[in-house]
Order: sequence, then C-alpha cells, then structure tokens
Amino acid sequence: MAEMKILPAGDRALVADFGNVISEDVNRKVNALKKTLLAEKVAGVREMIPTYRSLLVEYNPAVISMQELSRRIEATAIKWDGATAETEKKRVLEIPCCYGGKYGEDLAGLAELTGLSEQEIIDIHAGTEYRVYMLGFLPGFVYLGGMDERIAAPRLSSPRVSIPAGSVGIGGGQTGVYPMASPGGWRLIGRTPVQFYDPAAENPVLCEAGDYIRFVPVPPGEYERLKKEGAPWASL
Amino acid sequence: MGILVKSPGPLTTVQDEGRFFHQSSGIRPSGVMDDAAYEAANALVGNGNGEAALEMTFLGATLEFQSAAWIAATGADMRAKLDDAPVERYRAVRVVAGQALAFGMAMNGCRGYLAVHGGIDVPPVMGSRSTDIGASLGGFQGRALKAGDVLPTMKEDGWTPTGLNYEPPVYESAMAVRVIPGPQEEYFTAKGLETFFSAAYEISPNSDRMGLRLEGPEIESRSGTDIVSDGIVFGAVQVPSGGKPIVLMADHQTTGGYAKIGTVISFDLPKLAQARPGDTVRFVRISAEDAQELYKK
Repeated sequence: MAEMKILPAGDRALVADFGNVISEDVNRKVNALKKTLLAEKVAGVREMIPTYRSLLVEYNPAVISMQELSRRIEATAIKWDGATAETEKKRVLEIPCCYGGKYGEDLAGLAELTGLSEQEIIDIHAGTEYRVYMLGFLPGFVYLGGMDERIAAPRLSSPRVSIPAGSVGIGGGQTGVYPMASPGGWRLIGRTPVQFYDPAAENPVLCEAGDYIRFVPVPPGEYERLKKEGAPWASL
Repeated sequence: MGILVKSPGPLTTVQDEGRFFHQSSGIRPSGVMDDAAYEAANALVGNGNGEAALEMTFLGATLEFQSAAWIAATGADMRAKLDDAPVERYRAVRVVAGQALAFGMAMNGCRGYLAVHGGIDVPPVMGSRSTDIGASLGGFQGRALKAGDVLPTMKEDGWTPTGLNYEPPVYESAMAVRVIPGPQEEYFTAKGLETFFSAAYEISPNSDRMGLRLEGPEIESRSGTDIVSDGIVFGAVQVPSGGKPIVLMADHQTTGGYAKIGTVISFDLPKLAQARPGDTVRFVRISAEDAQELYKK
C-alpha cells in the first residue's frame, strides 16, 4: 500500500503524494481525498489538481498556514481507514465512436502493425471500460487507463500538425480523445461526435477523474446525425 | 464607451488573477505574469476585486479612450505618453475622452500593465476574465488584442484617487530568486542540486508566458527525470531530460511529467515575470517554513 506524503510545492501549495505509481487503488485515494476536502470547504484553498499519483492543493497562506492545511489533509486521509474506495456511484459514459475510414485514418495501419483485423481492433477497443485517471495537457483531455496491450502501438514518427476535435487515438499503451483541434502524434482510429470540451457550456468539460468511459461503435451515418443534432451521451 | 486599440503591440492581452478551480479539468490558470505590478495598478485606480487589466509585452499598445477614465500604468517602464505628455508610472492618471495613450518599448522589465478604474469589462468565463490564447478562452474573444478592437469599460462612478502612490520598482538584469526544494528533489544527485543552487542561469529568448527556458550548466539527475504526471504550480522548476531547467509561469499546463527540483516562492515571481532574454538568475534555497514567515510580515 502506497504511503501518503505531504510535500511543499512552493509557498502556496502542498502536494499529497502517493509515489511514482499508476494504480487504480492510488488513483481512487487521490480522488477520494479531493472529494472529501472539497466537501469540507477548507477556507483558503483555491485549487485542487488530482493526478494519477497525487493531489495538489493550492492555498492562500494569508488565510491558512501550511501546517494547518497539512493537518487537515492528514486528518482527512486518516478517516479512510486504509482501503476506503470511492464512495460515489460509479459513472460510466458511453461515447459513440465511428471507427476507421476518414474518421480514423490510422486504423488500417494499426491493423497491419498489430497483425489484427480492423474489426478485431474495434472489438477490443470498444470492449473495454476505461477509467479516467486524470485530466491535463488540454482542457478536457482525459488520461484513460486499462487499454488492452494487444492494440498498443508507438506514436507516429512525425506528429500531425492538426488533429480534429473528437479524434480517438492510441499512443503507446494509452488511448484517449482530443477535446479540441490540436497537433498530436497519436494514431487515430476513430472519431466521436461528443464534445469533451465546450467552453460555452455550463460544465465546459464532459468528464472528471474517477469516471469510466466505454466507446460504442457507430456507422458514419449515425456519427453525422449525432454530430448535427448534438450528441447525447448516456450515463449508466 | 470603451478603449479603441489603435495598435496592440506584439502581445497584449486582458488578464486578471487567473482562472481557478478548473485545473482539474485541464484548464490552465492563465492570469497576469507579474501580480505585484497588476495589484499595484488596480489599487492605484481603486479596484479591489481582481478587476481585469491589460498586460503588454516588450512593446506597448497605443489606445484611444472613447470616454474619460482613471488609469494607472505599472510594471515595465514603457515610456507611456498621453497626447505626447509623459505619463508618470505608479500613479493614478486622468484621461479624458478622445485622448490617446501610447506605450513604447520596455526600457526596464518586459511586461507593462494598464489598469482602468472599474476594470476591463469583458465577460468572465469560468470565473475569470483572463485570456487563455491556447484554449481560445476568456479575455477579449480568447485572443491577443488586434488593431480596431474596442475594449468595454465600466461607466464612471465618481471615484477619485485617494493619493496612494508607489515607488516604481527597478528590475535588475542579474537577479536572485528564492526556491523551496521539491517536490521531486530526490530525483537529482547532490551534485545536481549543488549546480542548481549555485550556477547563474540565463533566460533564453525561447521563453514565453508558459515558461522561462534557462541556459546554463546541466543539472545531474540520479536516473532520468521522467515521472508519473503530477500537478504544476506557477513557479515550479521542472528539469527535462536535457538537464536545463524551465520555470513554469502563468500559462503553465496543469500537469506535467518531469521532475520538479523546486518551486520559486510567490514573492519572487514578479522578478522572473519581468526578466528579459539574456538576463541571469540565481536560485537561492529557502525552507518552506521560512517562506511561510514572509506572509506574516
């Protein structure tokens, strides 16, 4: 079991760190710590950034001292009594995805690379439930865990200058969705009409850490219809 | 009612204290680089609620006021002129409708701030008026200002200056900033830490609002500096595989995968915000406890 350490990240942030690991257990603890601290509404806390392995807590030292905040984090962590899991209901988002063709230009190449057929790749990719470990890099960019290593493949040797929003890709052992148009080196296998980032929306970002995602294959006609009508997404 | 941008300068944006409580969604805080200059500018014109101001970089903007306003110019010395008359920095100054305010090249420092009583009245996005150019978010249409833009300002409310003034700071080209080690100092050898805390590093021209890249001796790590991503704060000093440190600034990404040798304390960030390419910086170790004491003064 990873031990939590509370370390200073400058004079107005502390990081509750569980070590250099990617594990679902650690990530659940990070998430639970964030939710508990959020519910406690600790005065002087102005930001929390959960990652795979740590929770960064930014505070105003004029309102709460480092020592006091450190005690609050410690006390919150003790309450979990070891193996406390996420208390909230599991949220699974079903994300329609149109695989291959012009929607996923690298699917054919990935088939060649892995020795699988395109359909096998789709079945594997859509047959897995992915945990959202954290968000970062871009607004709404999800770091997903749990991809089957049979469909892992190195990033493209020369990254694309612009990848359209909604592109679903594979980079190394990871899969993810580009929330906005961006340069990038992941192999594109499909595209979703769901907006992972919409600055005009009340909740600009679709997912939060601790959610789960399942991709649901849809044909091009369905993709275009959802894109036009505004894609709904199902929460199970 | 507003301020017409006649010429914007290379990078002039609307900024405030930054966008918080959305970093867990991958949204960067943005906000002003030099919060000391920004806060002084706001205080001088009677703004007390984190009103948005203009941040200008290296070369200032030329602006035409469509209505009267109280303004204050702070930060870098950009030799501002109001209809050809020099404008005193760090003072509240009266501008009447139709006057032109022209900022020139930064003679000392590199980022100038202009606050207006009531603030630049762009709509807040996720609780902030700061511009995030990368995400096309906030500020004036999510971008740097262009000629022809009209910045909305608040209607005058009869406020008059309180007599507050500040001594304008002088930005040194060789500076020292205090750093709290960590959170990943154990990734570096004793020699690497010694190098970081003794060498003079030069600000690379390849620096921007996202980060200051530094040239100087490489920092030795134990076995590489790749880490499982963790959160980033303004002032974090990360060391990529090449061993050259990068100080992450206002537009930093929310998370990163390089070990951070230390974090510059908030009191010293304004010095770095005003650093110009070619300036040198030394890092001085301070404990987290001693840094806390500074807030009590």
